[in-house]
Order: sequence, then structure tokens, then C-alpha cells
Amino acid sequence: MTDVLMPALSPTMEEGTLAKWHVKKGDAVRSGDVIAEIETDKATMEVEAVDEGTVEEILVPEGSEGVKVNTPIARLSGDGAPAAAPTQAAKEPEAAAPPAAEPRPEGEATAPVVPKVELRDPELPEGVKLVKTTIRDALRDAMAEEMRKDDKVFLMGEEVAQYQGAYKVSRDLLQEFGDKRVIDTPITEYGFAGLGVGAAMAGLKPIVEFMTWNFAMQAIDHIINSAAKTLYMSGGQIKCSVVFRGPNGAAARVGAQHSQDYSAWYAQVPGLKVVAPYDAADAKGLLKAAIRDPNPVVFLEHEMMYGQEFDVPEDVDWVVPIGKAKIRREGKDVTITAHSRMVGLALKAAEELAAEGIEAEVIDLRTLRPLDHETIVESVKKTNRLVTAEEGWGPMGVGAEVVARVLEHAFDYLDAPPARVHQKDVPLPYAANLEALSLPSVEDIVKAAKAVAYK
Amino acid sequence: MARGQTSSAAKRKSNDSDGGAVGGVTKDELLKYYRDMLLIRRFEERAGQLYGMGLIGGFCHLYIGQEAIAVGVQAIKEPGDQVITGYRDHGHMLACGMDPREVMAELTGRVGGSSKGKGGSMHMFSTEADFYGGHGIVGAQVALGTGLALANHYRDNKKVSFTYFGDGAANQGQVYESFNMARLWNLPVVYVIENNQYAMGTSIERSSSETHLHKRGSSFRIPGEEVDGMDVLAVKAAAQKAADHARSGEGPYILEMKTYRYRGHSMSDPAKYRTRDEVDEVRKTRDPIDHVQELLEKNGWADEAALKAIDAEVKAIVADSAEFARTSPEPEPSELYTDVYLEAAQ
Repeated sequence: MTDVLMPALSPTMEEGTLAKWHVKKGDAVRSGDVIAEIETDKATMEVEAVDEGTVEEILVPEGSEGVKVNTPIARLSGDGAPAAAPTQAAKEPEAAAPPAAEPRPEGEATAPVVPKVELRDPELPEGVKLVKTTIRDALRDAMAEEMRKDDKVFLMGEEVAQYQGAYKVSRDLLQEFGDKRVIDTPITEYGFAGLGVGAAMAGLKPIVEFMTWNFAMQAIDHIINSAAKTLYMSGGQIKCSVVFRGPNGAAARVGAQHSQDYSAWYAQVPGLKVVAPYDAADAKGLLKAAIRDPNPVVFLEHEMMYGQEFDVPEDVDWVVPIGKAKIRREGKDVTITAHSRMVGLALKAAEELAAEGIEAEVIDLRTLRPLDHETIVESVKKTNRLVTAEEGWGPMGVGAEVVARVLEHAFDYLDAPPARVHQKDVPLPYAANLEALSLPSVEDIVKAAKAVAYK
Repeated sequence: MARGQTSSAAKRKSNDSDGGAVGGVTKDELLKYYRDMLLIRRFEERAGQLYGMGLIGGFCHLYIGQEAIAVGVQAIKEPGDQVITGYRDHGHMLACGMDPREVMAELTGRVGGSSKGKGGSMHMFSTEADFYGGHGIVGAQVALGTGLALANHYRDNKKVSFTYFGDGAANQGQVYESFNMARLWNLPVVYVIENNQYAMGTSIERSSSETHLHKRGSSFRIPGEEVDGMDVLAVKAAAQKAADHARSGEGPYILEMKTYRYRGHSMSDPAKYRTRDEVDEVRKTRDPIDHVQELLEKNGWADEAALKAIDAEVKAIVADSAEFARTSPEPEPSELYTDVYLEAAQ
């Protein structure tokens, strides 16, 4: 004997009208036969038989309104079912209640306490040479070293091979690694980002270069839906070790569509790691870490920084850990957080502030996800004042997140409301004067620091 | 049962009842296709029932009517060939050999599911079965599947990516971005378009300027052909040809499988865009399982008792998977935070 239950026909249906019966007592039914019609406020739908047998009894006559989901509406004799299913709901009505609805006061999940692994930059070997290197070459060196080390690593993107990189970041890689590992793609961001993620799912380690992150908006579906979420959705089965990299933020005079900072966009997504280095040593060390990382990493570079030179240790094992901020300048009066190009502006601001007797501590966030808020919080506990600086828009931005973390963890230490420095809340203008007005400046940071220091 | 098209296998009658090949298929093979297709159908019917009982949440897209495609392609798949599809994915997983228990338990969101209950109906995977999902964004699997082929090409491992999508996804831009790169680099991918005539509620005539989807690769110089997706032997033969093409380094191939889904787009589809007569006509004249049953009977390869035995076996498997899916516990709350990141080796 099998009860036919009033089915739920949508995720939200709780009751419906049994509009019509297509079978009567004594009829034989097979799987797939339409046995009844049900109306909800949205639609009329047909109910098909799953179990086979003979209709023994109609329990709810047609025309009945407000029939609750899971009410037995008919009874079948089980003679047609060769293997009587042991799962008949009628015998176990408790099974019908969606179990997820049960309250779980005790089992409430909390974020796991990650065992503290001390993240630190590698110790430099005795007598290591520091070489003046542009960020452009530091990034290239990182890719070349990792490609030599691991043949699963390859680079794909627009103009990365024969053209030697739109910004020359991939210079000479084609010559060394050949066109199988340095792949020129058509201008087709959504497509090649998807191919890169697919190749990563198959176990390779692609570096997907976007000519700029502005164009990656066409590919954001694969970065988030395909790369960031698949490990979770597969219960840990499908790993996706891929680096998405390219210049982010405002270049010079290229207008609104080519000048956007995506830091906050990607830093919001669990499953992604998001890195935005400032100097060449970090660019190299963090890119090497990103390539080695088994997770998808969004690596945000800055076009205006590619040509700048910094000291880089001459060491193939120079790998900077993802997830650790760096104190670029120590100070006791105010904490300034920044990432990418803004770190340079924050350091200049700190110099100007020092001339006026304000000692600013400048923290280079380096990684936006996971955000190293411990370093920030410790700094604020010392300085009692906070300024955040970023190139992107303010609302819902990186600074907003930094402020929130500080409020959560060091509220009582604050002597002034934190201040945020960011791009003006407009698309970036083309006109030189308006562009300058829109982007955050050293002066903006100095002003904000003085304001929170009440000076 | 009458059938509009008769395959070559049905035209010839065999006296050989112990497994000799007729029309390129042996008795054992045909019995296996029958069983595998029936398993998918009974499984999906049960999934529909569990949905009605509130045990399966959200969306649930059933594969009923399209069984011959997943089973026919699987018949020629070699170990290591990958399969990837959209969200109408239960049938592919069963065809790939995934345990019906873990598929059903994923539908009910339980820890015994293939993704520990964290993926759901549309997001299931099995590295063991070379099944790469289960993707909820229409068309995304086409670029991803082409990427699987890129990996095969990179490794020169002679494996083929079978990338499935529907007539709805066929209008997504990234499909053509993928076609272009697949042909440009001659990647080993077989695009299997399951043209079931309706993208949700929009018929192909109302959505597509070129309704012959196998021609959609012509601007990219990708060969394509139309296949009777209701005939498992036709599917198998076409898949073999396409896979040989891709495996030999000649690049992608498009198979447009003409098929039909009997149920709505998802469980909450009232199906007002087509008539009951239309559905009934296909069920009566083109049903893929009835077709194989007919071939088995014509060849004298299975009598009623033998078919009933398969039926009973399949029903028992499905009943067992439903019971497992009902009784497997929900994931521990601690699972909330697992599988977000892999530990980086330091």
C-alpha cells in the first residue's frame, strides 16, 4: 500500500487546490501517468505517478481547496510494484517535514579558529644581493621562475606572447617557454577566463592575464561562480589553482571605463584570495606565492607602478606569504592603511606629517583577502587613530572594511572617529583637472590624518 | 509500440540469442543501455517525488526523456575522458557511474551526498568518475569544458572532453568564444547539444535565428551533425565518430542531439507553453527506453521476465538511494566552513 501525497510544486508552495482527478478507484497507474491536476496561486500543474499500482482509494476529492503539502490524497495498492520501495512516506510522516527547518541552538556554526601560523617574509640569506628591479620585471621573473619549476604553470591572455605583453610584463617568456606555455588568446575575456578555470579544474596551474582588470568584468562570472565556488560546491573535490592577474585601478587619462579599482569587489568573495602588492619585492614574492597557492588568486597590479624600481632580493626562493600586512613605516600618532599604489602616497603623506610633528604608522595591506586585521588592530591600539587610503570608491570599500574590523576589535582604543580617503564618488573623468580632483592624493591623506589627530 | 524512426538494428532480426552483435551492438551492450536508461528514469521519477515531499529543495531539473544521450555517449567514453554539463545533470552522473546513493543524497542536502550536501542538484562533481559538474550558470560549462580540453591538449594525453549544453545555452556568447578557441587550437572537445526544444518555456523557434544548432559551428569551421537523441544507438555511433575526430587531433566536433524533456523545465514549471498532446505524442512514438525494449524483444535478447528482472533491480537501487538520501544526516555545522580554501603548502 502506498499513499500518494499532495506534492509541493515549487520551493515555496505550502498548499493548493486539487483541481481534478484523472484516475478513479480501480484504475491501474504506471510511473509517469498523469493522475491529477493541482492549482496554486501561480499555476495549474499536473501530478504524475511515481509508484505503480491500482488506485485503491481517492482520499481527497477533486475541487478540494487548501490541501496542505504532504497530505495523503490517494492510496495505491502496491501490486504493480515489483520491488516494493521501503521509502513510503506514509509510514514515516516525520520524513515529510523538511529537516533543514529544525532549530539547531547547540550546533550553531561559528567560523573555525584557524591555528595561528606565524606568517612572515622569508629570511634573507647571508650576503644576498639586492637588485634594483622594476615591478614589470619582478612580475616577469616570478612567472619565469615558477614556470621553470613547475611545468603545469602556463600563461594565457591577450598579447602575452608575440607582442611580449601589452605592458611588457611577459617580455621574453615566449622565447624561453614556447607557444604551448605562453598562449596568445583572442580578445575574448569571458571565454578565455573560462578555459583557464577549466584547465585548472583538470589540474593545471594557469596564469590568466587580463590586459586590465576593467576588461575582466566580462569574465567575472568565471572568476566568482566557477573558480571561487567550485571547491566548496564539490565538497572539496575540485581544486582550482589559478592566478588571475593584470593592472587594476586608474591609469592616466584613459577615462571611466578603463580606470576602476576592483579591490573591494573581489575581496568580498569567499574562495578567492586577493593580493595587491606595492613594491617590486612584494610583487615578485607574492606572485610566486599566488602561483604556488592551490586556490584561485586575484592578483591586482598597477599600471602606473610597472616602471618603478625597487630593491628585490636575488633569490629564487623569495616567496612572500599571502595574508600578511607589512608595516612600511613605524609611528605612534596615527595609523594609515593602504594597498598597491596608495602605499606610496601614504608614505609621502607620512613624511609631510612628520615635518609637522605627527608620526604616522603606514601599513601596507598587501593581501586584501584574507585581511591581516591583527596587524592593523595592534597598530591602532598603539596610535589610537586610523586613516584608510584606497584608490577605489569609498562606499562598501576596503577602507569601510578596515574601519569595521577596527571598531570590532579596538573600539575602546580609538580617540577619534576613523577617516577614509578614497576616490570621489563619480566615474573617473577624462579632463586632467577633474581626474586629479577625483583621485585621492597625498594632500587628502595628510588632511585626514590631521583631522583624526585633531591638529 | 509504434516508432517513427526505426534504427538499422531493429530492421535485422538475429537468431543469435547469446550476445552476437547485431547492427553494431551486442546483446549485453543493449541490455546495459536499457538498464542504465531505466535507472535514470526511475531515479528521476523518485527525485520528483522526494521534491514533492519537501525533501529536495530549491530547483530540481529532471532528465526524463533525454536518457539516451548521456547513456549513448557514455558507451564510447574512454577512461580519463571528461564529462561536464549544466544543471540538468542527474542523468549524466548516473551514466558516468556515480553511486545513485550519493547523487540522491546530494539532492536532499545530506552529508552522504557527492558534495557532502553543499552543492545541491545543480552542483555535483566526481573526480573519480571524471565528472566535472553540474554548473548552474547557463553556458558556463562550455568554456570550462573547453578548458578541460585545453588541459588534455597541453598534456597531449589523447583524452576528450564531452561538453554538454542545451538549446538555451546555445545562444550564450561564451559558447562562441569557446568554439573559436577550440577550433583555433584544435582542442579535443565534443560539444553535445541536447536540443530538447525548449529553453525553460521558450521554444527554439522563438529564441533562435538558426534553429539547426549543429550548424552553429560553421563560422568557426567546426563540423557538426544532427542526431536522433532519442535513439541510443544513433547517439553512440555519432559520439564515436565525433570522439575519434577530436582524439585524433582534428579539433572540436558538434553533435546536435534532437531530444525532448517530458517534465517541466524544473519542478515548478506549469508547462503552459506546450500541449499535453505534444508531450504524449513523443512519449508514445519516440520514447528512448521503449525503443531499446523493442529492439531487445525483436532480437530475441530479452523476454518479459528478463525485462521485469531489470525493472526490479533498478527499482531496488532507486528505493535504496532514496532511503539513503532520506536517512543520511545533514552535514555537521562544522562543515559550513570547510572546503572554502585549500591549505597552501608552505
